[in-house]
Amino acid sequence: MKVIDANAMHYQQLNALLKQAAASGEDDIRVLNVRGQRYIGDGMRGNLTITVEGIPGNDMAAFMDGPMIVVKGNTQDAVGNTMNAGKVVINGHAGDTIGYAMRGGTIFVRDDVGYRVGIHMKEYEDKIPAIVVGGKAGDFFGEYMAGGILILLGIGLQADESVVGNYCGTGMHGGVIYIRGEVDKYRLGKEADMQSIDDKDQKVLRMYIEQFAEYFDYDAEDILNGTFTKLVPFGKRPYGKLYS
Amino acid sequence: MLREKYERVPSGCAVSGIMDRSGRRFSGNDIIQSIALMRERSNGLGGGFAAYGIYPEYKDHYAFHMFYDDEQARETSERFLNEHFNIAEAGPIPNTKVSSINNEPIIWRYFALPKEEKLTSSGLSSDEFVAQCVINLNKRIDGAFVVSSGKNMGAFKGVGYPEDIGEFYQLYNYEGYMWTAHGRFPTNTPGWWGGAHPFTLLDLSVVHNGELSSYGANRHYLNEFGYECTMQTDTEVVAYLLDLFVRRQGMPLETACKIMAPPMWDEIERMPDGNKAFYTALRAVYGKAMMNGPFSIIVAFNNVMLALNDRIKLRPLVAAEKGDVLYVSSEESAIVEICANPDRIWAPRAGEPVIGVLEGVKV
Repeated sequence: MKVIDANAMHYQQLNALLKQAAASGEDDIRVLNVRGQRYIGDGMRGNLTITVEGIPGNDMAAFMDGPMIVVKGNTQDAVGNTMNAGKVVINGHAGDTIGYAMRGGTIFVRDDVGYRVGIHMKEYEDKIPAIVVGGKAGDFFGEYMAGGILILLGIGLQADESVVGNYCGTGMHGGVIYIRGEVDKYRLGKEADMQSIDDKDQKVLRMYIEQFAEYFDYDAEDILNGTFTKLVPFGKRPYGKLYS
Repeated sequence: MLREKYERVPSGCAVSGIMDRSGRRFSGNDIIQSIALMRERSNGLGGGFAAYGIYPEYKDHYAFHMFYDDEQARETSERFLNEHFNIAEAGPIPNTKVSSINNEPIIWRYFALPKEEKLTSSGLSSDEFVAQCVINLNKRIDGAFVVSSGKNMGAFKGVGYPEDIGEFYQLYNYEGYMWTAHGRFPTNTPGWWGGAHPFTLLDLSVVHNGELSSYGANRHYLNEFGYECTMQTDTEVVAYLLDLFVRRQGMPLETACKIMAPPMWDEIERMPDGNKAFYTALRAVYGKAMMNGPFSIIVAFNNVMLALNDRIKLRPLVAAEKGDVLYVSSEESAIVEICANPDRIWAPRAGEPVIGVLEGVKV
């Protein structure tokens, strides 16, 4: 195992050290005292695990193509920006635009997330990105979503709180959103259609929720026992005739 | 001041603020450390700080921080100041040579009180008198710029990275109970000494990340109340709007926030009747004061720190508390950098103000 102390280190140096370690065959790298360093794991490939202690800066795991990043703490904005493959596990909350234009891999967030999570996610054949969020989400969840899977669990929600913010699924034209619990109709963007879940959905939910429960020490059955709302787009090309 | 050449670049300013609500004063080191952590959000074309509680020995005087292009601007301004004010102390603001900070203007400070006879003949309150003098100075005296003009506070700003500006002004030598900071990444306006944040009027200061697409409407609205926008930047309208609503019209701060970042119409539609009527009226009457476009701002007055986001959260904002201390910042890491274990850390919702008030003060 390789240990890097990132205390007061500039992000360029930290990322150079990470890439050097990966190139020399390290498959288990631990980064300590991270505070705000951007672009951690960006564009990295291969089968390795990076454990981050502290608060990584924006755009962690952007363009990442294979590795796993485990964060022992909260993260900021744009985790998994255009990520292609791999896994991110966040033991805390996350900021805005998580999974921005993500095209593969999985992100698990234990607690709440901010605004515009899953914005413009997309999928192609077997490349289906997914984000699983334990807590609640802000406005514009799944905005302009073109593919992939968003799962929002609402664990620990207070009586006066909503699991999701307003304008959920606005501009959605692909993919699927699963939300545990009730969602008021007015919170949905006009492109999102609310449907009940079927056996195929149950299978997808079970697969992701079992992993989520394992990472964060929950009972998967407890979570799966809740009722889920499914959101899919009304049409695949909502603006297809806009300029015709 | 030298209007610097600039290129259009993707935006990403940094803001940070710390307030000890018990009034305990602390040095400028924390705020410098916090804003320095977000260096990547700035590009060296502007940095600045507002500090409150730093002049207890002159706490009843207006502290004028001034930039001058040349000695002639200083002489003309001092003639103006001497005509309208009794000046208790005047002198250059101490600074240290920092290699990255260049082309600084002449930087002076005055502790002053309006002359009794001028106040009487003007018929104005002393705050209003000072505000008008500031607007006149900025507008009429070529090469002079009022950086700040409040009591027991001051703004320190310039062209450079914020941590270098903090060192330049020796902010570690000051103690205040409330500090705000800005790292600039100018997008639509030039980087010049006067154009760095914070923008101030009296003791009100604003640091801002984002841009106001409503600037034209806001500016026009403010003109009707005698405010002149002279600084080639959208941010100054925030200072004037709050000055108008809170100081001049005595409006509750929360209401002013709901004018600047109002609820959406569909949200108002779902409100109970009383609220629906109130917010409909607010939007109808103050429509031209609504701020559109992406922003996160931190505003400080003598007793209050306010952080506010645009209505759909197009800029980041994080808040935290530890005992009496309230933190707000563009990034969570910039808070944890100076407060390792906050009692609470959260992302305020869009348009939802975070307000810190000095102990024992009613807002």
